[in-house]
Amino acid sequence: MILSSLTKKIIISLSGLFLLVFLALHLVLNLTAICSREWYEAVCEFMDTNIAIKLMVPVLVLGFVIHLAFATAFEFKNWAARPRELKYAVATHTKGVSWSAKNMFVLGIVVILGIVLHLFNFWSKMQLQGFLGNEEENAYDLVVNLFSCKCFVLIYAIWIIAIFFHVQHGFWSAFQSIGLNNSKWLPRLQFLSKVYAWIILIGYLSIPICFTLGLQCS
Amino acid sequence: MKFTLKVWRQKNAKSKGRFETYKIDNISPDTSFLEMLDILNNNLVHEGKEPVAFDHDCREGICGMCSLYINGRAHGPDDEITTCQLHMRKFKDGDTITIEPWRSAAFPVVKDLVVNRRAFDQILQAGGFISISGIVPDANAIPIRKEDADESMDASACIGCGACVATCKNGSAMLFVAARVSALERLPQGKIEAAKRAKSMVQKMDELGFGACSNTQACEAECPKGISIAHIARLNRLFIQAKLQD
Repeated sequence: MILSSLTKKIIISLSGLFLLVFLALHLVLNLTAICSREWYEAVCEFMDTNIAIKLMVPVLVLGFVIHLAFATAFEFKNWAARPRELKYAVATHTKGVSWSAKNMFVLGIVVILGIVLHLFNFWSKMQLQGFLGNEEENAYDLVVNLFSCKCFVLIYAIWIIAIFFHVQHGFWSAFQSIGLNNSKWLPRLQFLSKVYAWIILIGYLSIPICFTLGLQCS
Repeated sequence: MKFTLKVWRQKNAKSKGRFETYKIDNISPDTSFLEMLDILNNNLVHEGKEPVAFDHDCREGICGMCSLYINGRAHGPDDEITTCQLHMRKFKDGDTITIEPWRSAAFPVVKDLVVNRRAFDQILQAGGFISISGIVPDANAIPIRKEDADESMDASACIGCGACVATCKNGSAMLFVAARVSALERLPQGKIEAAKRAKSMVQKMDELGFGACSNTQACEAECPKGISIAHIARLNRLFIQAKLQD
């Protein structure tokens, strides 16, 4: 069955909205690392053992896979509609068009690469070891060790900035694509989009900053 | 005023095009852009050269025929106007002006600056009409909310020039389709088939090789009639409604 471009866009939007909820929840859980070692370890223990969380893991993976697969198909169709040989000789910046709106796919690739690195750094040393019957590494020690490396902090910051730009457009764009928008709500949704993106940026960046500067309460 | 013009020249749809450079002077600041091209063509004819082919008709900004990409912008360096309403006073004396045709896989170049926009007609044929049968009361006898009539009128302002497609990085015709769907949906006669219309017009748009919308808002920014992307949200709503009815 060949899906129309709009069906693909709606699927990208719905999976994107699901991932936005996950991103916000993940942030709340991560911020406990700044507050207390005990809290963070308790959160990790809860995430590791709670049955509802375990059931949500494959749903989350599916959300990412669907979002990525449909976004890739969507992008290929758009490249075919405006191939390289049909680029304009003179291109100017169109007023009101954000940089993130024009670069969602590239930003998405950076986000995915960051997720792969994140899974390698945390998931493979914690949950995966649990599945394999090996001893899991301590989550808090992993955070401390990783953020003691300035190079990793820089890579992490680039990743979070890519997420910031991606969600800044993705948030309101998802509502637009599923039809939950009109001329009154467009500026409101774009404002909420910016607020959400800034919360994500400041929230996630505050963790390496606190650990690098030793501001965390351990 | 004098200008250096870099104009896209292409013999036919199959040949490879290239830019030709022409010098033009003695142009009044009050000359319209198309009149300036007329003067250029007169000069070319006097020199025994082939004139530049470009689309134009009403020259009043309502027919949607003129379709030039001037210095990197659809319809040139002014907001909410068509090429025919653009005047040379918008440029500086001695400027180099690059003139290109609309670029999109769905709008192939016919000759020089003329593109084939028949795809828009095909989209309209797929559903841009009202086909309800039976005795329909006179339009003026049906009460319509002022807000709905205004929205329909705003959407009806679309002249089908294709600037949205030309500007969109994906070559998407969503603003055009949304304007046509919205204009009819806001009125009682058009509401009945609104969902079905949205689905068939989107389907046709895909078939004809247009890209998909990624909500960059470039189409709205360059639309000579200032059609809002809020109409695209309505199209999306109607499309979902149609899919749920399938």
